[in-house]
Amino acid sequence: MTVMPAEGIFSLMWLLIALPLAGAAILLFTGRRSNSWGPYLGVLTVTASAVLGVLMLINMMDLPAEERTISQVAYQWVFVGDFSVDLAFQLDQLSMVFVLLITIVGALIHIYSLGYMSHDPDRRKFFGYLNLFVAAMLLLVLANNYLLLYVGWEGVGLASYLLISFWQYKPSAAAAGKKAFIINRVGDVGLSLAIMLMFVTFGSVNFSDVFGSATNASEGTLTALGLLLLLAAAGKSAQFPLQAWLLDAMEGPTPVSALIHAATMVTAGVYLIARSNVIYNNAEIAATVVVIVALITVFMGAIIGSAKDDIKKALAGSTMSQIGYMMLAVGLGPIGYVFAIFHLLTHGVFKAGLFLGAGSVMHGMNDDVNMRRYGALRGVMVITFITFMAGYLAIIGIPPFSGFWSKDEIIHAAFEQNLFIGLAAVAAAGITGFYMTRMIAMTFFGKKRWEDDVHPHESPKVMTIPLIVLALGSTFLGMALLFWGDIESWLEPVVGFESEPTPLPSSVYIVFTLVVVIIGAIIGWISYGRREVPEVAPAGNWLTRAARKDLYGDAVNHALVVAPTNYAARLLVWFDNKAVDGFVNGSAAVVGGLSGRMRRTQSGFIRTYALSMVGGAVLVIAALVLVRI
Amino acid sequence: MNTFSAPEIDYSAIAPILIIFVAALVSVMVEAFIPRASRRFIQMLITYGAIISAGFWLFTIRDTRVITAGGSLAIDGPAIMMQGTILVLALLGAMLISERSLDSLGDSFAPRASALPGSVDEREFTSRGFTQTEIWTLFLFAVTGMLSFVAANDLLFMFIALEIMSLPLYLMVGMARRRRLLSQEAALKYFVLGAFASAFFIFGAALVYGYAGTISLPGISDALSVKTGEGALVLIGLGMLLIGLFFKIGAVPFHQWTPDVYQGAPTPITGFMGAAVKVAAFGALMRLLYVGFSGLRWDWEIIVWIVAILSMLVGSLIAITQSDIKRMLAYSAVAQSGFILVGVATATAAGIAAVLFYLIAYGFVTIGAFAVVSMVRDASGEATHLSKWAGLGKKSPMVATVFSIFLLSLAGIPLTSGFVIKFSVFAAAITAGQTWLVIVAVAASVVAAFFYVRVIVVMFFSAPTENTASVAIPSAFTTIALAASATITVVLGVIPQPVIEMVANAGIFIR
Repeated sequence: MTVMPAEGIFSLMWLLIALPLAGAAILLFTGRRSNSWGPYLGVLTVTASAVLGVLMLINMMDLPAEERTISQVAYQWVFVGDFSVDLAFQLDQLSMVFVLLITIVGALIHIYSLGYMSHDPDRRKFFGYLNLFVAAMLLLVLANNYLLLYVGWEGVGLASYLLISFWQYKPSAAAAGKKAFIINRVGDVGLSLAIMLMFVTFGSVNFSDVFGSATNASEGTLTALGLLLLLAAAGKSAQFPLQAWLLDAMEGPTPVSALIHAATMVTAGVYLIARSNVIYNNAEIAATVVVIVALITVFMGAIIGSAKDDIKKALAGSTMSQIGYMMLAVGLGPIGYVFAIFHLLTHGVFKAGLFLGAGSVMHGMNDDVNMRRYGALRGVMVITFITFMAGYLAIIGIPPFSGFWSKDEIIHAAFEQNLFIGLAAVAAAGITGFYMTRMIAMTFFGKKRWEDDVHPHESPKVMTIPLIVLALGSTFLGMALLFWGDIESWLEPVVGFESEPTPLPSSVYIVFTLVVVIIGAIIGWISYGRREVPEVAPAGNWLTRAARKDLYGDAVNHALVVAPTNYAARLLVWFDNKAVDGFVNGSAAVVGGLSGRMRRTQSGFIRTYALSMVGGAVLVIAALVLVRI
Repeated sequence: MNTFSAPEIDYSAIAPILIIFVAALVSVMVEAFIPRASRRFIQMLITYGAIISAGFWLFTIRDTRVITAGGSLAIDGPAIMMQGTILVLALLGAMLISERSLDSLGDSFAPRASALPGSVDEREFTSRGFTQTEIWTLFLFAVTGMLSFVAANDLLFMFIALEIMSLPLYLMVGMARRRRLLSQEAALKYFVLGAFASAFFIFGAALVYGYAGTISLPGISDALSVKTGEGALVLIGLGMLLIGLFFKIGAVPFHQWTPDVYQGAPTPITGFMGAAVKVAAFGALMRLLYVGFSGLRWDWEIIVWIVAILSMLVGSLIAITQSDIKRMLAYSAVAQSGFILVGVATATAAGIAAVLFYLIAYGFVTIGAFAVVSMVRDASGEATHLSKWAGLGKKSPMVATVFSIFLLSLAGIPLTSGFVIKFSVFAAAITAGQTWLVIVAVAASVVAAFFYVRVIVVMFFSAPTENTASVAIPSAFTTIALAASATITVVLGVIPQPVIEMVANAGIFIR
């Protein structure tokens, strides 16, 4: 693959990141002065980046496929001895689709936030953080080396932390932000170790150098690299066993959940593995571990999503599950990379639409998130209802909505690999049908179960227009990318693509999957659409109870990590108090005691002073004379 | 028969000394003939005019390297460097002495030093608003002595310069307006012990003359290189000379006057003396050791090491348990003398440069710190007890911050001049192969950091009580002196390069 220098419009590549970064800086540093116009500036910078991204896409499509990797060096960033890292960007087909996803969905969510956050006194700060997030996320996908990617990786982590705990006066929000940050640190350790291992093995952390010489490294090294990168990906993308933070992250404002915790940041793990495809292609074990982790997460997320009454947490469970699908696809290797990214794009659009729809519902319901107090909203929130339905049909995978095309391809790829993986993927799709149907049944159908002082209403245009745009995307994006955009051959130069024959014709798998999904949806409808939904949740069976507690994710974390850490901390505190402080305080006491003793020589009498001088004189002269003798 | 011939004198080279000296003589005349009402103004005019013109003259002759006045005075790079430092410190010291706004009764000095403390006379002089102006005369004589001390190239002139510097200081120490008994006690102790030390010095000079047959430092050096035998005579003589100088720099075990004198003296005098005497005495000490006794380097080196270690350790240790700011700063001065002696012991060009730099930076910190001390007051005058500084950071954040800068510099924290000077002295000592001495010095600075930082903790992390002192609003004099000291302290910490080059260019002591 040849790397082309940035010319023409591509020489503005740095501007993609610089625009939102400047926006963040202006909004955060000018303070209250920008309260009035700040939010609009925030929208403007991201929109400008989006326009720039679209122009670059148009230009890139004119280039021959082998000239679509474009690199721009801003300046030499780190140079220690022979080791140097440039602050350099690389735009290729893979980064291009991410740039578009981040900037376009980002711009829509910025616009939506104008309405959603209109009454918040800290609106300016919110837009500042959102801009910071967009800049960091663009840096993550545009970096041409792992070290710069790591900067973006940490940047989105920071923005995520700031935005989850945006309403930090709520203790739950503050705690959720901390939880997300700390669990992400675990994953970040994996990434930093992977970068160090790369440097030791390849002497460079540039994508082109690492991938170029990957086959020279031993399989053990590549497996270690793959597992370390998987650890990083699991942290950022809320995959088992680092999944616990995502549900709590719903404490943040809903646009944040839509942008960061559904559409973009949580998919960074998928990007990382797809980007490092060369490593996984040569490390069988690591790829298998990716598949196992992905399957566990697919089911965990789906089961949690089926039991939650909080609309945002149900959607968060669904996000976990859908990202599990993407991870499954990347774990499958060259037969899956393309479809992982395909599903990532469609999911980014329809899940953002679903979250913003949920936000619109909450906006009308006095910020209540409990679906048991919703019901029959389809009449009062027509636009929200219709757009939500587009997202619903997309996520459960009904043709021709966009989720159908992408999820179907992943399931098909799973069958290509292994019958059991395929069956598991289909079963999870059935559960998806169940929990999504449950969600719309409880929210938009059935009887009114509203609180007395709640008067649902449709949201303002500034919120519904982004909903409509995203609903159009949920409907048509799949077809557009597959038939018009030819996503397979577009991404193939970067991530590779091959396909294996399956024992049965693909139409059989499509029909089979659809039947399972529809069965799931019908069970959901019978349980929640036809039957009365009780306002207090029934006790439920053991699985429901476990799912309500996030399948004991917190309990496991507590037993395995938090409690041992606390004990270790207590042990260290004890050691610090007894041994270290004992030593320090002891020496301080010795010094203080000495000081007190010596102070007594200062008697205030001239005779004592003079005597001490005589003593000193004897000392000086004795030392001089004695040394000579 | 030998005929007496007048020595050649390079008047231009010694003009700075002469300017200050003549100004001091004129100042005596002013006291005698000018009416009381206009004396203060005229005295200040003479003092500031003399210091500034001497400074300018010194700047124009900055490249002079000459031995003049019959070999008595050596005007070389280090001498000019230190004379310049002394003049700048004298200018700042004069500003502190000029201050009259802090105390409701007037300046810091007793209206009539002759009146008995607590007597009817004293009350009358105070109520009539007398101001005494002799302080300016004494100040000018002290500066004359200091300027001569750093240039003195023979033992006799060195002794005379020592006395010209010291005698006015003894008097000035006893002139505090408030707490006069403490002040007079301090003056008497300083005088008696100072006379004792001077006796050692002059007796040592006699012994060395007996050995070398000359009092000129280069002459002694020549004698050491040709003569053998009679070693005890010159060694005892050198020991006694050193005792006289160690007393002046306040090195252990000749330091015990410092806490009493620092505490008792009027604070502007403490600041000036703490800064400028140290420069002058270290200048004389280095010239004595490097020019006169470089042949005995292996003998005096041990003495300097021992005294340096004792000063660093004893000064730092005793300072920990001090509860009075001025006494604490006095012990800190003792410890700082130890740090400077580490540089003196190297006897290398880098060591000389480091010591010069140390003296410059330390001088400004000292003047600035005592300027702050003079501003923190309660009803009875200066509030020097540490408990009265509790919570000062909340009551007067600006002043507390500035004082913290000085304390951090004394503790040797980076971004202040204190770090750079400690670093350059220690680096010079390591290059000279005295790593073990540096280890002791670093250990001592760890102990020292404790009591400097403790004051910052008291100021910023304790709540103000009803005993907490308040900061009096100073006039432009103290404000300018304080601002200049603080600025120089920070600038030398951030961009020390120009001054490092300046002291490196000063070169070595000529002979």
